[in-house]
Amino acid sequence: MNKIIEWIDKRFPLTSNWKAHLSEYYAPKNFNFWYFFGSLALLVLVNQILTGIFLTMNYKPDAGMAFASVEYIMRDVDYGWLIRYMHSTGASMFFVVVYLHMFRGMMYGSYQKPRELLWLVGMAIFLVLMSLAFTGYILPWGQMSYWGAQVIVSMFGAIPTIGESLQQWVLGDFTLSDVALNRFFAYHVVTLPLIMLVLVFAHILALHEVGSNNPDGIEIKANKNPKTGIPVDGIPFHPYYSVKDIVGVVVFLMVFCGIVFFAPEMGGYFLEYNNFIPANTLQTPDHIAPVWYFTPYYSMLRAVTVNFLWVDAKLWGVILMAASVVIFAFLPWLDRSPVKSIRYKGKYFKTALTLFVISFFVLGWLGTKSPTPLYTLLAQIFTVIYFAFFILMPWYSKIDKTKPEPKRVKE
Amino acid sequence: MADSFSIPDQMSGRRKFLVAVTSVAGGIAGVAIATPFMMSMMPSERAKAAGAPVEVDISKLEPGMLLMVEWRGKVVWVLNRTPEMLETLVKVENELADPNSEKPQQPEYAQNRTRSIKPEILVTEGVCTHLGCSPVFRKEIAPADLGPDWLGGFFCPCHGSKFDLAGRVYKSVPAPTNMVVPPHVYLSDSRLLIGATSEGSV
Repeated sequence: MNKIIEWIDKRFPLTSNWKAHLSEYYAPKNFNFWYFFGSLALLVLVNQILTGIFLTMNYKPDAGMAFASVEYIMRDVDYGWLIRYMHSTGASMFFVVVYLHMFRGMMYGSYQKPRELLWLVGMAIFLVLMSLAFTGYILPWGQMSYWGAQVIVSMFGAIPTIGESLQQWVLGDFTLSDVALNRFFAYHVVTLPLIMLVLVFAHILALHEVGSNNPDGIEIKANKNPKTGIPVDGIPFHPYYSVKDIVGVVVFLMVFCGIVFFAPEMGGYFLEYNNFIPANTLQTPDHIAPVWYFTPYYSMLRAVTVNFLWVDAKLWGVILMAASVVIFAFLPWLDRSPVKSIRYKGKYFKTALTLFVISFFVLGWLGTKSPTPLYTLLAQIFTVIYFAFFILMPWYSKIDKTKPEPKRVKE
Repeated sequence: MADSFSIPDQMSGRRKFLVAVTSVAGGIAGVAIATPFMMSMMPSERAKAAGAPVEVDISKLEPGMLLMVEWRGKVVWVLNRTPEMLETLVKVENELADPNSEKPQQPEYAQNRTRSIKPEILVTEGVCTHLGCSPVFRKEIAPADLGPDWLGGFFCPCHGSKFDLAGRVYKSVPAPTNMVVPPHVYLSDSRLLIGATSEGSV
């Protein structure tokens, strides 16, 4: 065995990479519950790729055949239902773990120096994930696929001057048709997964360059054992965290299987009822809402009902919605706090983060409802709170009364 | 480390020039090779050729009835408005964003209060000018969800835009403009051609 490894090591950096990224990659010893979600996201990514490959074996990206081919997978293909439900549940669970992963970063200041690029690569992954979810949702060519795509693609049309040509370029036609379905299939199974894999690789590479943050938000590399050069508060990722993550994986898979086997539609939140009706280009369903993970942004899109400056409400809605996603990328430069972790931050930051989380949930809930004057007003109020969290951050994070950070991580 | 990406100082002027020229040429080649791929994504010749006008028989369209027709992959509505419906067009005008249809969302011959050639027959694309959903025809007066002032019209379920019975948009809704009236012409009293202004033209 050793001979074989030796032979490989002379030709490929196997042992050195194993050490650098696993057995001698030192992670802070105080990781808690919140540190499960990065590795879980990786697990879901693998699930999506594997189940996705098997779905493409029976799916037909053709407006006339797509819906029936999905039903064929569900009814006639052996275990087709299981593979499809694993894929559809995986899509929602991807967002669950990624949102928790992002929230962890916001709580413990993981976006702060020197991890800005790590955070930006993560944001790029988030954008690709959203594109993957969108293009994947179109593929069954049901009512929600069709009208959801119609709304999203029409956003390009809101851009002044070039909007209309851009929309035609995206659709490859003058309306949403088979051409668009065919190319969104190509994006969903080839383009976007490739970009995703490269970005995930870059994300992990950047993480291992700067080292992991931790719930105390202090740098373990600042305190190394002078003899060994190993951070005194660090433990090797393998076996300590690889074993810990397996526990997380087991718990996660219990939840995941529970959904797949007992509630794959999740009461219409994971798979919407209207999408069990084939696309009808002549009629929008009476109630349309995106899947749950897009509803906060969707609420903001329709919250704008007044023209402002020389820009009309439609374009403002689109701008606001895009901004609500992109604004996360600016966090490293918006946060002026001298400390990273919420443990040592003051009242202002804690209040702001709480309000932000509340507004995210309220906007998400509103996005599933039909618009009424009251709901629109609520959406407007919580949109303001959502953006205030980011825009006022340079101010409140600076004057906030912080506690001193400890020298060593807490046990 | 930082220097590994910059041009060394001792490089001769001639070599620097050649590096710059090669980079620019490479950039141009990159754009050139990307062009055919980007162009292949524009609507194809087949997509451009589709879109012939559609003929509709409206002889059986009773007052108050809405007919849906597909033209160029979009839904076009033909609505036969009752006299009561036409009366509402005057009543709602204060609440509309563009009551006189000043924005070019219709052919010239439909730039009037009823936005139609024949006063009672409305021909409009059934597409919300916000983000392309198809609004719902809500002809009942003052339903619970739309409030007591509702006199009938079109309501978009996606983002709550409202239009009156001539497809004119209300103020303070996400949709910016009135609905689009497609080119159309009456070939006879009951034969309507959508998508053209005369029988011969396309």
